[in-house]
Amino acid sequence: MSDTTPAPGTGTAPEPRRLGVPDLSLVVLIGTTGSGKSTFARRHFKPTEVLSSDFCRGLVADDENDQSASGDAFEVLHYIAGKRLAAGRLTVVDATSVQPEARRQLVRLAREHDVLPVAIVLDVPESVCRERNAARPDRAGMGAHVIPRQRRELRRGLRGLQREGFRTVHHLRGTEEVDAARVVLERRYNDLAHLTGPFDLIGDVHGCAGELETLLADLGYEDGVHPAGRTAVFVGDLVDRGPDSPGVLRRVMGMVAAGSALCVPGNHENKLGRLLHGRNVRITHGLAETVEQLERAEEAEPGFRERVRTFVDGLVSHYVLDGGRLVVSHAGLPEKYHGRTSGRVRSFALYGDTTGETDEYGLPVRYPWAEEYRGRAAVVYGHTPTPEASWINNTICLDTGCVFGGKLTALRWPERELVDVPAERVWYEPVKPLAAAAAGPGAAADGAAAGGTAGDRPLDLADVHGRRVVETGQHGRVAVREENAAAALEVMSRFAVDPRLLLYLPPTMAPTATSAEEGHLEHPAEAFAAYRADGVAQVVCEEKHMGSRAVALVCRDAGVAEKRFGLPAGTGVTGALHTRTGRPFFDDAERTEQVLARVRDAATVAGLWDELGTDWLLLDAELLPWSLKAGGLLRQQYAAVGAASRAAFPGALAALEATHTRLAAAAPQAPAPPPGTGGDGAGEADGAGDPDPATALAALLARQRERAGDAEAFSAAYRRYCWPVDGLDGVRLAPFQLLAAEGRNLATEPHDTQLALLDRLVEHDASGLLQRTGRLFVDTGDDASVAAGVRWWQELTAAGGEGMVVKPLAALVRNGEGRLVQPGVKCRGREYLRIIYGPEYTRPANLSRLRSRYLGHKRSLALREYALGLESLDRLAAGEPLWRVHEAVFAVLALESEPVDPRL
Amino acid sequence: MFLTITATGTDAAPATDLGFLLHKHPGKAQEFATSRGTAHVFYPEATTARCTAALLLEVDPVGLVRAAKGKGRGGKGKSPDSALAQYVNDRPYAASSLLAVALSRVFRTAMAGSSRTHPERAAQPLPLRVEVPAVAARGGPGLVTRLFAPMGWQVTADAVPLDPAFPEWGDSRYVSLVLDGEVRLADALRHLYVLLPVLDDAKHYGVAPDEVDKLLRAGEGWLEDHPEQRLITGRYLSRRWSLAREALERLELARLAESDDAEPEELDNAVDETTDTEEKPVPLAVQRRAAIAEALRAAGAARVLDLGCGQGQLVKELLGDTRFTEIVGVDVSVRALAAAARRLRLERMGERQAARVSLLQSALTYTDRRLAGYDAAVLSEVVEHVDPPRLPALEYAVFGSARPATVVVTTPNSEYNVRWESLPAGHVRHADHRFEWTRAEFRDWAGPVAARFGYAVAYAGVGPDDPEVGPPTQLAVFTRTDTRTDARTDTETARTRTDTPKEAS
Repeated sequence: MSDTTPAPGTGTAPEPRRLGVPDLSLVVLIGTTGSGKSTFARRHFKPTEVLSSDFCRGLVADDENDQSASGDAFEVLHYIAGKRLAAGRLTVVDATSVQPEARRQLVRLAREHDVLPVAIVLDVPESVCRERNAARPDRAGMGAHVIPRQRRELRRGLRGLQREGFRTVHHLRGTEEVDAARVVLERRYNDLAHLTGPFDLIGDVHGCAGELETLLADLGYEDGVHPAGRTAVFVGDLVDRGPDSPGVLRRVMGMVAAGSALCVPGNHENKLGRLLHGRNVRITHGLAETVEQLERAEEAEPGFRERVRTFVDGLVSHYVLDGGRLVVSHAGLPEKYHGRTSGRVRSFALYGDTTGETDEYGLPVRYPWAEEYRGRAAVVYGHTPTPEASWINNTICLDTGCVFGGKLTALRWPERELVDVPAERVWYEPVKPLAAAAAGPGAAADGAAAGGTAGDRPLDLADVHGRRVVETGQHGRVAVREENAAAALEVMSRFAVDPRLLLYLPPTMAPTATSAEEGHLEHPAEAFAAYRADGVAQVVCEEKHMGSRAVALVCRDAGVAEKRFGLPAGTGVTGALHTRTGRPFFDDAERTEQVLARVRDAATVAGLWDELGTDWLLLDAELLPWSLKAGGLLRQQYAAVGAASRAAFPGALAALEATHTRLAAAAPQAPAPPPGTGGDGAGEADGAGDPDPATALAALLARQRERAGDAEAFSAAYRRYCWPVDGLDGVRLAPFQLLAAEGRNLATEPHDTQLALLDRLVEHDASGLLQRTGRLFVDTGDDASVAAGVRWWQELTAAGGEGMVVKPLAALVRNGEGRLVQPGVKCRGREYLRIIYGPEYTRPANLSRLRSRYLGHKRSLALREYALGLESLDRLAAGEPLWRVHEAVFAVLALESEPVDPRL
Repeated sequence: MFLTITATGTDAAPATDLGFLLHKHPGKAQEFATSRGTAHVFYPEATTARCTAALLLEVDPVGLVRAAKGKGRGGKGKSPDSALAQYVNDRPYAASSLLAVALSRVFRTAMAGSSRTHPERAAQPLPLRVEVPAVAARGGPGLVTRLFAPMGWQVTADAVPLDPAFPEWGDSRYVSLVLDGEVRLADALRHLYVLLPVLDDAKHYGVAPDEVDKLLRAGEGWLEDHPEQRLITGRYLSRRWSLAREALERLELARLAESDDAEPEELDNAVDETTDTEEKPVPLAVQRRAAIAEALRAAGAARVLDLGCGQGQLVKELLGDTRFTEIVGVDVSVRALAAAARRLRLERMGERQAARVSLLQSALTYTDRRLAGYDAAVLSEVVEHVDPPRLPALEYAVFGSARPATVVVTTPNSEYNVRWESLPAGHVRHADHRFEWTRAEFRDWAGPVAARFGYAVAYAGVGPDDPEVGPPTQLAVFTRTDTRTDARTDTETARTRTDTPKEAS
């Protein structure tokens, strides 16, 4: 291809022209065919940033010049451009774009994704274009009229580009300007991600200069400057209604100018700005006070109004700060608007969105964007007065109605601490009472739990549905398959307790490696050896209670459940007691409350609330007896098998004994078979005739006696875990792990620490509900200690116990390769396993077959569920939004429906 | 698994002829390999006066499970999926289809009624006593009697207690059975061959495709006029319908149930296999669908959600009226949706019809943006399946988030329950109903919900309006009163702001 670019430095090359392009924008190259757009794009942008219509024609029609494919080609181009813009990537469109309709579509695309459209016009003489095309054989067939027509269209459109919506237009005239141009990517105004603070974010001031000064002093600012170099960030609405808007402006303008503060505009600044520009605005909502105050300020300080106008004009509607972790705007901002620039982004930042409804006070009902917010960046905003600032889905409103007599609130970032000063007085009567701001559905719900949901709004299906990948801090990304999520959704929505109370589901646990010990399938020796191999010296053996797994959330009172977990007021619910699939343990709520009350009383007497600095506890426990919850299963399956065996064996044994006696008496001369009874029926199964029927029968009889004995042992095994209960009499709860308290994931604490706390809980339980978990500490490197561990297990199981669980004492442990070690393995007793593998599993022939069981998947599942469990507790401890906690909890349930040998 | 057959006799007709008829020598103890274990035949007693043949089937329980595993997923040996395969199994002990199979294999000639040596005895009724000490019998001793008595048996059927250590648990599903009668041996065997599996009524995974032929052959001469013929053929043959498919559909849920020490049916109860999802009398369900369709037409709805569509009966009905241009069946149960797809023949539907209907899994306790923007939503017999503490979530998801212009709700009127003859006092109509409302209770729920979310509500009934207790089904039509079309406005372009109340803060 011939290039007409003159050699640099020769002739009359113009000054290199700097073309500013926002780093996130849709760049539209405009020029006739042959004007050098592709060459220009190649020179200034990454190949992947450029979408060419020719290329798209090739994609859909195998021919880059097939004009009949243009319609499809542009659909493809727009689709890809849309995906790129949605992902926040600079995109360059390389097409002629000389027709207004073509540009209109691109401007619309840019607006849909809230990025700025930029036009770069390559205004190159016709002759040059013709020459270039002539050099390209693939364009040889192009009509001579094409370039002149495109040029006419180009010239006609040139002047209207700004009006069409292009915020930036670079018009390059002639090949020399084109060749000399240099594209410079510019950071967007709202992108201050490189600033890391620390910040002090300050809510709506509304002219409350006195409170502002007090707050700044409390935050440690000295005359607008923080000695530790902190930066104040004002969320807007500095002015109106209050006593001294000029004073507030003076302070903030000074701090911004000095670089010790940032400020985003509120709707009140926006309106003030228009007033100062002489526009006709209605003097309402406290603007009258500001106008009057500004007049006096102007008298005292001529030029003040002008400086305010300049300040307001220069405000950027929102900022992205601290590496993208923090977003500040006046009225909040959904994630898709973060770092974007468009009219509607600015509008949302200033005013928020409304549902179109009005409430009983005639005020517009705000669109509850925060309830749907799922972004990772914290959004800090103001605008809507609320009694208390509180986190909702990682967003927080700092407007605590200072001017209405509330308080002025600041948020320290990254500390996430709230600092506030009370209003000196009610400066302005609110239209609706401040407290009422928290009420009413549909309104931006406030007063929700830390990180909790808002009001009645349930979680969103998109939080859990379909194939998902959950990021865990301990085990990387854990995938949930679609069919497992579907099953979990069914159980979660039809049977589980409210997600606000479902903060953890217990992970599955792998058994110890299969034992080769005679008569055993499981034996603790393998467990100790496996931990030793993983470098775990200290383990704890915990008695395994045979009941039903129960997770208990116990709040100090119903108020805590409302405040911390966002339950509706007045239900009296103080927690939850649920099974391993999240179902309530008891059908009637009253019984649940009785259990919770007993645990609560024990915690109170033991002094655990204060010691752990919490108003609630989350416990992992076993609820006994097994027959309490598994009654249906017991009767349908376990007891039924026992019943059938008891019915069948006596008759069979008696018949065998009688036959044996009869045949033995006849032996050794057994009568010859009567004629016609051997192999008579054609094809009929014929028995293997034994030369000595009595002997063969004796073996059968012995075998049947053994089977009858096994069946009795089986019944005895399950009976140990059944006893009648009356109300709570006979019910026992054996806690073995303290999972969480406010702000803390306790599941990673060493087990001796956890058990010591639980022991105190049990000791201080006067009701007899709580049961201690027996334990023995073992050193896996010490043969005597290991032998003691084995002995302890033998004693436990001989006494009818299910067995024990061996856990690393330090709870969360990695092996030498940095991989998670199994958080526990179970060693089940020989008799107990009859319930799992059937009455006759101990017979040598059966054991040898059962030993070939595959533990790999179970172990992998146990680790994944363990990591998810810890993740939900970590998220809970960090005060993360409920949807984040629920995501991990839901994933545990989904994984539980993965195919794995259920006997393990 | 054990049974005995005893014949009594005289010198003229010795009881030991039983050995000839069975083709098994009383002086021997024989064993036969069958597909699921070893069958032993032996004679505890063999005199002229009395001869007892015993059949004992030794089942290998571990082998049973391992054999079943090969059929399902993960059967390649590495990670066996045995959610449906139980090591703890009554099969080794209780008489069931396995014993029936063994009978037919070991006594095939006798069952055919032929005997070369004693043809006249084979053709005549004999004084017989059959004892089966443990019969798995769904339906209990009563059904056992009803099944065997019509063929002339004197039936003694005693329920076996579940566990003498826990008398409060009551009886097991096993029956200790003794049959006395003058019956041809071949007939006795065929009665057992058919009726043992019928009584067991278990999911059985090895049913051959020629079961109909087998049933016709074994039932010849007695099944034709049997008063319980429908039950017998129904149970006998139902074992083979679509079992593999259903087994697969429920695996995930079965595993969750298992991990929670619950029976699969406790969680997997969205599709009622025995009664469909419609209660009797059927006309009420038909009337209900007609009333709902009428309410939708009156509201002018074209795009309709059926929330909790179950097996798709209403979806199918609405498809018949072309004014409904888009019908979305929504259910949380994957199994119900699969059943609905089959009912609607979705796979084979023409393009035009198929474009009008879709089925999706969703849960009404979560908001779901896919459900926004429809003209109407139907909640037919749904709310009563939601635990009361979870109802606010459903209310928000439907009225606050999906926010269709019209919502039609139907739910049972609990006052009417006294009129159901088959319903014991104080019981709900379906085991999964978490509550049932009186007319007043329904209004106490619907009124505030309507007020809170900006709907007007009107009430009606479906079915005969009883002057005392009202209609069996109550219906409410919620109509959105505001102009807001849906809660999501973020696709709107930026609007010009006025200075009025928006800046109130």
